[in-house]
Amino acid sequence: MKIDKAKCVGCGNCTYVCPMGAIYLDPADHRATIDADACVECYTCYRGMSTEHLYPPLIRGIRKLLSFFRLRFEPEPDVCPTAAFVPDDLQWPRIVRRAFSDPQVPHESTGIHGRGTEEVKTNDVTNRVKQGEAGFVVEFGRPGVGARFYDIQKMTMALARLGVVFEPNNPVTHLMNNPKTGEIRKDILNEKVLSAIVEFKANLTEVPVLLNEIEEVSKQVDTVVSLGVSTRCDENGDNPLEELLQKQGYRFWRGKTNLGMGRALT
Amino acid sequence: MTNTLHRYGDPDTLKNDYIVFAIATRKRNDENSVEKFKTFLRLAAQHNPVNMGDATKGGMYQPSKSLTPIVHWHREDPVRIQEVIEGIDKPTTAAAVFDNLQAVKEFLEDLKKADLGLSINISALTDDANRCCKEVGITRHSVEYSLGFRGALDKLPDKQVLEITTMCGHGMISAHFAKKMIDWVREGRRTPEEATRYMARFCSCGVFNPVRAKQLLEQVCRPKVGGK
Repeated sequence: MKIDKAKCVGCGNCTYVCPMGAIYLDPADHRATIDADACVECYTCYRGMSTEHLYPPLIRGIRKLLSFFRLRFEPEPDVCPTAAFVPDDLQWPRIVRRAFSDPQVPHESTGIHGRGTEEVKTNDVTNRVKQGEAGFVVEFGRPGVGARFYDIQKMTMALARLGVVFEPNNPVTHLMNNPKTGEIRKDILNEKVLSAIVEFKANLTEVPVLLNEIEEVSKQVDTVVSLGVSTRCDENGDNPLEELLQKQGYRFWRGKTNLGMGRALT
Repeated sequence: MTNTLHRYGDPDTLKNDYIVFAIATRKRNDENSVEKFKTFLRLAAQHNPVNMGDATKGGMYQPSKSLTPIVHWHREDPVRIQEVIEGIDKPTTAAAVFDNLQAVKEFLEDLKKADLGLSINISALTDDANRCCKEVGITRHSVEYSLGFRGALDKLPDKQVLEITTMCGHGMISAHFAKKMIDWVREGRRTPEEATRYMARFCSCGVFNPVRAKQLLEQVCRPKVGGK
């Protein structure tokens, strides 16, 4: 993302709306500037802000006049008065940032909008996670912190050492050099994304060991890790995962419930 | 996409937050599904959802790209229910947000009758969702539990901010912006309702719950008894 400095009037509205805090007013020219290294190309500034199309010199003049009298106009906080944001033509490897950060861009690898696969949401159609199995979704960078792939690789390599088979239809798995070792391609390791999800499934008997490993590796990464675990229920709607997690000391009360109303047409 | 899985808050603060969404599986049941998604949202609209959305086009509250300066004094902000429904033109994830379990129950009864064949999920307190299923005569198929956050927790904002920002699980509502809105409401510069609307426009799939956000903002700004 870029800011057209000829348009920017330095109102500062955009500095708050950036989820990564990557936009600041440059003291040299009093215009909004994007820290390219911190920006994850989520397009929140470009898409989320409403816009006016005002004449920049006029707005700067008014702001200067008010400032002289120590007055400050308090505009609507979600508006860019001059539509100053300009999308960049992203190239590899930077384009990876947008694929994992802008939810309205589908991943080419999966065709699914967002950062992961369909998890347990379509389990009634795919039967991906069966009774006696647990599906894991380990998300990095969420909420609102951001993550670099070198941190994600710490987790994928540790899990691979335990014999985890990563979900093939997942964008992070697609970026691995070798899914058996969990090694991610070197040219994207320093790329920062708003969040990325590592997915795999395992037998319920393996759940305690895997949870312990995830907890341990989470202490070694410079970001936040959000964890979700799923399973298939029995004919009464019950499942043994709940008790297993409670035994492990987890407290949980929120989640997604698949109602089993989906069916495959082919 | 786990965009509604990790909504932050104690169970008591999540009692008015239920997301029901429909999703198709690529190459398995997404063919000719557009009308089914529209039906899903039309049925949802009959039960007073507090938000609705299409993952590819946005929700009921959307930014406007051609405002005039008058907006700083008087802002027209239509709630775009019909636009969301009619805007669906390809397979997507369609979501409807409710602030009470009774509405969810009635919506599920309609969905059962409609038998769309899409995967339907409830993202909410799992006990509430399970109870709702039983009352409607549905046996839940699968469950995914949120086990919360770990790692560099010192990078997270405070509890009040998290409760608001995690209602856009894609992370489009910045913690800095939510903090600014809390401060503006606290200082009386904007009402909780206005602040909620500013934030809702950034949620790009319509799962933000403006009713819960407004209540959270009102709580943050309420004087605390006994200085606690």
